[in-house]
Amino acid sequence: MQQTRTMELGTGLFALLGIGALFFLTTQTTGNNDFDAAETFEIQARFDNIGSLKKRAPVSISGVTIGRVTSVDYDRESLEAVVTMVIDSHYDQIPDDTDASILTAGLLGSQYVGLQAGGSEFYLEDGSEILFTQSAIVLENIIGKFLIGGPPDGEEE
Amino acid sequence: MFRDLYATFYHFLRTFGAMCLFFLRLLQHTPSVLFKRFPLVAYQVYNAGALSIVIIMVSGLFVGGVLGLQAYSNLERFNAEDTTGIFAGFALIKEIGPVITALLFAGRAGTAIASEIGLMKATDQLSAMEMMAVNPLRYVAVPRFLGGVISMPLLTAIFTSIGLLGSHLVAVELLGVDVGAYWQQLQSALDMEDVMEGIYKSIVFGIIASLLAVWEGYNSVPTAEGVGRATTRTVVITAIAVLVFDFMITAWVL
Repeated sequence: MQQTRTMELGTGLFALLGIGALFFLTTQTTGNNDFDAAETFEIQARFDNIGSLKKRAPVSISGVTIGRVTSVDYDRESLEAVVTMVIDSHYDQIPDDTDASILTAGLLGSQYVGLQAGGSEFYLEDGSEILFTQSAIVLENIIGKFLIGGPPDGEEE
Repeated sequence: MFRDLYATFYHFLRTFGAMCLFFLRLLQHTPSVLFKRFPLVAYQVYNAGALSIVIIMVSGLFVGGVLGLQAYSNLERFNAEDTTGIFAGFALIKEIGPVITALLFAGRAGTAIASEIGLMKATDQLSAMEMMAVNPLRYVAVPRFLGGVISMPLLTAIFTSIGLLGSHLVAVELLGVDVGAYWQQLQSALDMEDVMEGIYKSIVFGIIASLLAVWEGYNSVPTAEGVGRATTRTVVITAIAVLVFDFMITAWVL
């Protein structure tokens, strides 16, 4: 009897701890960058250079993550990078003259797409394309320019 | 020399084949044992899992702590001590958690299983069961195998969680990394896939460690020396198999 009780208690404690730990690992250690909106719409943007932007990178406006990059492609005809992203349908009032730039989170952080709201009265909708884009800043190019000591205003370009 | 090589290879192939067949026979009896004889399995979960909690938790705490220390002292040179959480989290969840848990499991539970079955064989208990038309595979081997397979993922989760707590204690409380930075960096770097990789590994290692323990016990030479040797072989072979499989799974997933 005594042994049965010890065994039951031990097994119960073990199962509880184990399941609690699994729950902790799956919910608490991952996640605050998870973007899973039920309804989304898709927009595109073309960049000259996307730096090291990857699939699943966040899309944010005023610092709030509202979407995610779903694919990065290269257009063979216009010779530009095409970035496709999905935006949470909750944010369906983004002006269509919004501009998109590729920014870096912190000095060594990963890259993300930052949107800067425009002033148009028309909104972005499924399938629309952002026309104003700014390429990623490639650190090597800046350092290169700095070392060579070209004019700061970029007159040589 | 070639004859020796041939004999070694022949022996290895035959043992390996026998083990695969043994594994299949275990699987064949798994459903009926799981549904009709569940108390036997539950008792083995207690034996293999619940009794291993203490060693798993203490080891996890200190492994996490030392990871925190090492990560901090190296990252500090680049003023990147905020990323201690990423380092400790990745290491624990993907590699160290499953591997060390499997090694500890082999040492704590695998040896117990192997020596218990070996001793049953040495004292003719297995033959007695066969005499009574009771299949020892079903009543002795399968419950122990299943108990181990069920316990390993849970033990790994406990180890990893306690390890994260340990590295949190060292990095945040002792060395002064910002608590928000520690967890925020960890959460934004880790994906669900990374956690699942650790869980898959723990399931595979659970199968390997339990299978080898049951196999070694079941095939031990029925003498005092044979049981001792089976126990030793369990730990050695499990350690090698787990580390090799860890490499293969990682290479496959990446």
